[in-house]
Amino acid sequence: MAWCAIENRYGDDKVSSACGLFGYMDTSGALHAGTRIIDAICNMQERGNGLGSGYAAYGLYPEFSEHYAFHVMCRDDAARQELDGYLRRHFAVVHDEPIPHRHVQGILDPPVVWRYFLLPLSAQMVGRSEQDYIVHQVMTINATESAFVVSSGKNMGIFKGVGHPEQIAEFYQVQDYAGYLWTAHNRFPTNTPGWWGGAHPFGLLDWSVVHNGEISSYGINRRYIEMHGYRCTMRTDTEVIAYAADLVMRRHGLSAEMGSAVFAPPLWSEINALPAGEQRAMRLIRQTYGQLLMNGPFAIIVARNGEMLGLCDRIHLRPMVAAIKDSVLYVSSERAAIHLVEPQPDQTWTPLGGEPVIARLGERPRVSGSAALCVTATDKEPSYA
Amino acid sequence: MQPLTHRGRLFACQSIRDVGDKMVLSLASAPAFIVERDETRCIACQVCVRQCANDVHYYDEVDGSVRSHDAQCVGCHRCVTLCPTHALTVRTNPLEFRPHANWTGEALRNIYKQAETGGMLLTGMGCDQPFRIYWDHMVLNASQVTNPSIDPMREPMELVTYLGAKPERLEFRPEMVSAGEDGERPSGSCMALTTEASPQLELQVPIMFSAMSYGSISLNAVLSLARAAEAAGTYYNTGEGGLHQALYPYGAHTIAQVASGRFGVHPQYLDTAAALEIKIGQGAKPGIGGHLPGEKVDLDVSRTRMIPAGSDALSPAPHHDIYSIEDLRQLIYALKEATGYRKPVSVKVAAVHNIAPIASGIVRAGADIVAIDGLRGGTGAAPTMIRNNVGIPIELALAAVDQRLREEGIRHRASLVVGGSVRNSADIVKAIALGADAVYIATSALVAMGCHLCQRCYTGKCNWGIATQDPYLTKRLNPDMGARRLTNLLRAWSLEIKEMMGGMGINSVESLRGNRDHLRGVGLNQVELDALGIKSAGF
Repeated sequence: MAWCAIENRYGDDKVSSACGLFGYMDTSGALHAGTRIIDAICNMQERGNGLGSGYAAYGLYPEFSEHYAFHVMCRDDAARQELDGYLRRHFAVVHDEPIPHRHVQGILDPPVVWRYFLLPLSAQMVGRSEQDYIVHQVMTINATESAFVVSSGKNMGIFKGVGHPEQIAEFYQVQDYAGYLWTAHNRFPTNTPGWWGGAHPFGLLDWSVVHNGEISSYGINRRYIEMHGYRCTMRTDTEVIAYAADLVMRRHGLSAEMGSAVFAPPLWSEINALPAGEQRAMRLIRQTYGQLLMNGPFAIIVARNGEMLGLCDRIHLRPMVAAIKDSVLYVSSERAAIHLVEPQPDQTWTPLGGEPVIARLGERPRVSGSAALCVTATDKEPSYA
Repeated sequence: MQPLTHRGRLFACQSIRDVGDKMVLSLASAPAFIVERDETRCIACQVCVRQCANDVHYYDEVDGSVRSHDAQCVGCHRCVTLCPTHALTVRTNPLEFRPHANWTGEALRNIYKQAETGGMLLTGMGCDQPFRIYWDHMVLNASQVTNPSIDPMREPMELVTYLGAKPERLEFRPEMVSAGEDGERPSGSCMALTTEASPQLELQVPIMFSAMSYGSISLNAVLSLARAAEAAGTYYNTGEGGLHQALYPYGAHTIAQVASGRFGVHPQYLDTAAALEIKIGQGAKPGIGGHLPGEKVDLDVSRTRMIPAGSDALSPAPHHDIYSIEDLRQLIYALKEATGYRKPVSVKVAAVHNIAPIASGIVRAGADIVAIDGLRGGTGAAPTMIRNNVGIPIELALAAVDQRLREEGIRHRASLVVGGSVRNSADIVKAIALGADAVYIATSALVAMGCHLCQRCYTGKCNWGIATQDPYLTKRLNPDMGARRLTNLLRAWSLEIKEMMGGMGINSVESLRGNRDHLRGVGLNQVELDALGIKSAGF
């Protein structure tokens, strides 16, 4: 009954959840083993209930860094065979293998997990860019219900499933991987039992999203995303964040700062107080992308190759703490998790609602936004929402 | 019950009037209302006599008391409201026909009237037939546990709405920053916007006053709307009546209509308004034109509409320069050219059967705003059969149009404004959740100014000083008081909208817009649910 394990049992359109999340990036590009992120996310035990967790890592496959790495989950071997045929018809498969995994006490009926390293066949792309072609194929496969593409970017991968974070880490042997950017998630779904496809992080191309919250604007976010050719197949509000990031920050080319202004824009009253040029830009962002404003409580970490973005909703209804130690930027639901893996951070602060925390490869991390102006704030204990 | 003596007097009166060329075979002219006067309260002050433009009340000098011609009563309640001793009651005259589900009293009376006059039945206001009101079959969502509701008294709650075409995407040019010895490199964070914006209307509340012309309503009524629009940060619409000189100061809050009669359209008119609206049709009378009788065209109306005083103002059914969609495109761009592309152009249509492709065509023709008026939309005058039978409910039209524009990927190219009829703040929240950018209200605005929906706007005898040009009547509506009542209404509705949004865990109206997840249907069949694009309650 492996299929039961990845299906959305009640067919709910939106699986909302409250969760713990953790992410860190070494902007120097140095690789870190998975052990620290496992320690950090497992420390926030209260924030999950065993119904889903996962990890995303960047810098994961240096030997295949120019190939798209597809992590897939299949209902059973037959479904995997079917997917295999499909992928070979539409891509040049350079290498494939089962994702190494162990049987773990308490993890029942896992799906078949496999990874493919592949390149698009230019003859198949007909009019699409390479990345749009990948998006199109992932959407097509994910609509089939017998197989899911969990992640599909270069030099990165997502490991996720139903279980506590330590179980999932053990299942995939996450500690054996190394990456310069890691995100992790511990899930407390509220509407339905967990299902493998619904665990976080969510991925598309090299995007990964971990999310704590419930997006009350989901209905319109989804309709907007669907208007732009994305298909919401995983039935959770986190999915739209990944697609929204892909739309505005890849296809439309907005920076992470601009993307944050799309998802959690300043209030009109704040915009009216900006200098004329910024005011015009910000007003136009809200007018153009108002349907992508993410309303309701959320804290998210959105990552792609070379960049990590932490963001809370604009009235800060979910917790988020950030810290810096040398070239590493941490973002976490709880301060304790940061201190566990980095007992002596240079700075720790609580970003304001709607204020992005951004790390970029090769750029030394800096304290963001208003906290940067108030040094003493870094020494205060954050309050947890 | 009325004393018999009054009855006798009334019938005597009535029959004298009706004898002549008419054949009195019917009850067509029987009173629709019964005016009851409590003789123990009446002090014969004659306020009612002076207030009633329909001459219902009269003073009988012989016995020193006030009497009524009930048959002239339209049920507008002006006398009841102003009677200082509360001596008056107006009741519906009980149906005097033998009950028949098919041949109702109204059906019979209509036939009697038409048999006597040979004319079309006329009426005012919106459709009064019991079609399903879909607003009342949709319920809203609220947050519980997993998602906190937001208290609008403590947290920001944004209703600001921009109407006009939006770009599909924004383009930024990275700002170059110094990179020390390496010269310059693109900054990751600083970006310069290169996208050009289309003109927008900024609304502080997603509610505008719909088209009502000076001519169909009094100047004081239009002034009330204009002042309220200015105070509340929104817009009113001139209808086809042109712009009276007294309204020019409110130009920044005026949407100027260009309709099939082109009354009052001149360069200054276009320049003064904040936006222009091409009126193709209206919900109360899709497919037909308008007629302002010459009696109402006094000197002021004549000047404003640019037609001779006393002449009938006839609006043709179609625009005679728009026989197809490409002609509409020419007019849209003619107006944009005339105003230097500085003003959004709206196109208003009635909700009819294939409204979705019509709206799509309008958007592709270049409209910045599509205004859709539903079956229940009001009017100053319309043939009864048209008003009651032509067009579709706005809820269904709105749902179909929003969905179609999204499927075609052109929803951003125009804003969607709906009207006909929006009765309260919950209707507005539901309309926005179905996909409207803003709503047009007109009947609600008239009610706020005192209208009691007697549906006799076309007679020009509005006792509330609204749908009339008679100076004796129009001075009853003080434009400052009218504006205050309208501003109050918008404020009250805004507070309610904010509470409902906060309950859903939404703090900005753009997250409600088109968010049908927050709607559920109650008592609707699957076809209706599908048409509205919503789920049934319980799912």
